[in-house]
Amino acid sequence: METNIKSILNNYPEGSADSLIPMLQDIQEHDGFLSKEAVIEVGKYLKMPASKIFGVATFYNQFRFTPLGKNHIQVCRGTACHVLGSATVLEEIEKNIGVKSGQTSRDGIFSLEVVACIGACGLAPVIAINGNFHAKVTGESIKEILENYRNQE
Amino acid sequence: MSFLIEVNNKQIEARKGETILDALKRQGIHIPTLCHIKGSFPSGSCRMCVVENVKTDRLVTACSTPVEEGMKVLTHSPRVIESRKTIVELLLSNHPDDCLYCVRNKNCELQDLSEELQVRERRIKGVKNSNHLDRSSASIVRDPDKCILCGRCVRICEDVMGVACIDFINRGSQSVIGSAFNIGLNTSSCVNCGQCIMVCPTGALSEKSHFPELIAMLNNPEKTVVVQYAPSISVSLAEEFKLPAGLDINSLMNAALRKIGFKYVFDTTFTADLTIMEEAAELVERVKTGGTIPMITSCCPGWVKFAEEFYPEMLPNLSSCKSPQQMMGAVIKTYWAEKAGLKPENIYSVSIMPCTAKKFEAQREEMTNKGITDVDAVLTTRELGQLIRMFGIDINNIAPETADSPLGFRSSAGKLFGATGGVMEAAVRTAYNMLTGEELLRFKIEALRGLDGCKEASLDINGLIVNVAVVNGLANARILLDQVKKGKKNYHFIEVMACPGGCINGGGQHIGASEEAVKARMKALYDIDDKETIKVSHKNPEIIQIYKDFLGKPLGHKSHELLHTHYCKRDVLL
Repeated sequence: METNIKSILNNYPEGSADSLIPMLQDIQEHDGFLSKEAVIEVGKYLKMPASKIFGVATFYNQFRFTPLGKNHIQVCRGTACHVLGSATVLEEIEKNIGVKSGQTSRDGIFSLEVVACIGACGLAPVIAINGNFHAKVTGESIKEILENYRNQE
Repeated sequence: MSFLIEVNNKQIEARKGETILDALKRQGIHIPTLCHIKGSFPSGSCRMCVVENVKTDRLVTACSTPVEEGMKVLTHSPRVIESRKTIVELLLSNHPDDCLYCVRNKNCELQDLSEELQVRERRIKGVKNSNHLDRSSASIVRDPDKCILCGRCVRICEDVMGVACIDFINRGSQSVIGSAFNIGLNTSSCVNCGQCIMVCPTGALSEKSHFPELIAMLNNPEKTVVVQYAPSISVSLAEEFKLPAGLDINSLMNAALRKIGFKYVFDTTFTADLTIMEEAAELVERVKTGGTIPMITSCCPGWVKFAEEFYPEMLPNLSSCKSPQQMMGAVIKTYWAEKAGLKPENIYSVSIMPCTAKKFEAQREEMTNKGITDVDAVLTTRELGQLIRMFGIDINNIAPETADSPLGFRSSAGKLFGATGGVMEAAVRTAYNMLTGEELLRFKIEALRGLDGCKEASLDINGLIVNVAVVNGLANARILLDQVKKGKKNYHFIEVMACPGGCINGGGQHIGASEEAVKARMKALYDIDDKETIKVSHKNPEIIQIYKDFLGKPLGHKSHELLHTHYCKRDVLL
């Protein structure tokens, strides 16, 4: 993995602080998350303390610091989904897989992310698992959906 | 250039380029601040210092707004006071509000503001903070619940110390201050200097206390509890009791320590002299035999950890001498224990230090000899103040006493360790003697005194030119070391102190001291040096005695075993 980070960094030969966010985006695109090693590498490259990089990265919702699970769940918390009960859905998912948004379950099967709007308000409340949309989910129906993914193993 | 501005309907003089805050301060108008650090670039984030700009009808931050000619400002209008009060009420809305249990009770800026602005009800109710208490560090406890996010610790850590181990994490109401990946301070690049504690307005940052264990030991009949105190303590403790800054209360402190129950009272300044003997000998040896130059002092544990993290390639430059605290610890449990007929394991050795990093240093594995730790507990100046109050001792009404002998007699050179440049001056005095067999004619090296961040001097020792440098504040050390690495500067000997000003302004000192107070402490140390007759470490009779009876000679076998140590690269999140 290390060589990959180096090759990403090499795309930013000027090594200025302005490139920090694009760099982190590239790394996340490649690895699925920002590892400690990646942050250290970026810090060395930009001569920037790890605390600063972590501070910048946590400011934005887009960065995560744990690897994605086998199944990545995106829960829409946009207005339409909210009105139709996405809070209950999110709560049920958190309870079911035992992690909060931005985390990955211990068995590595699920990871959870809250997104602002998927752009499918007609299907509200909507969630996407590995890019597949599940429409009009409820606190009840989500249990079955998660069970199906779990049984795929 | 100066011009007039109108403040509260009165004309006052302001200087072009200064902030409203500075102009008001000169006129004796107090404006409350939280995020402001004197001498640091303003952040203007807390909005505590807002004043009303009459012409624009806006509230502006006094700390970051420059004065303009003809400006009209109201500093305490109803609108301003309402705004400030609301800020305090908002800060209190998620604050634990547990002042009675807080380490900073009666010495808290948030508490003061709440009182000043007459906050008398819980008008705004918020969800109380609930974050993990970080007790992972050997020196510093972080309680993010009490944090008001002023960011002073973040800025001091980056700008003054050049460490930057903490920063803001997350955003908005989720914001906290923490190290990279929000893991414990112990695995971060924190050097334990405690300057963050010195600037923290609340109890979010404090030193790790060892009170319960200490009190148990004081009451354990099997243990002999002994204490040592650093050179700077006697001139800074007074402020803990509202006595004038820089007042030397050494003899009263001796008496107070005995009243608390410490059986023997030693002066770390004695081992400062011992450090000088070893360090000067090491310098002379390095210069004569072509060893690694520049040699860099190693008595500051904040600096040592900094070097281990950021400059591992320069570790061979560090003097192998332990710090005076650790030398005293080692000498107490060997030389003195033998003299006193005590088993080292039955001695509980406490030190009083102006420093939080000393707590870390005492628990370093290199500082344990055959399972016996050199020093068992470290208290800060502040904690000694608390201890004296806890034992009901009226420092104004006790009879002075002297420290115990041996290990209690010192030269005035050792005393200089408390101020930046002091180790250098003391070392030069003894190195001169070791090289020439004579004494310096003029002891004072004016160029190495004062609060400047980086000082240098060229000394002529019988034709041998010795270049020395003194830095304080680790950000300054960074600049100097980078120049040394690039070969732009050539020195023989460098003194580094982590804290700005040295130990007199250490992270364990009285909180809220002004720059004047720090200068007064410094002056007190130099006054002692002016007044006293034994001005060089090698003439301290107890030093001569310990070499005769026990150590043999500087850099000898015994010294190497007890008084010297080694360092290694540290793998931390930089």
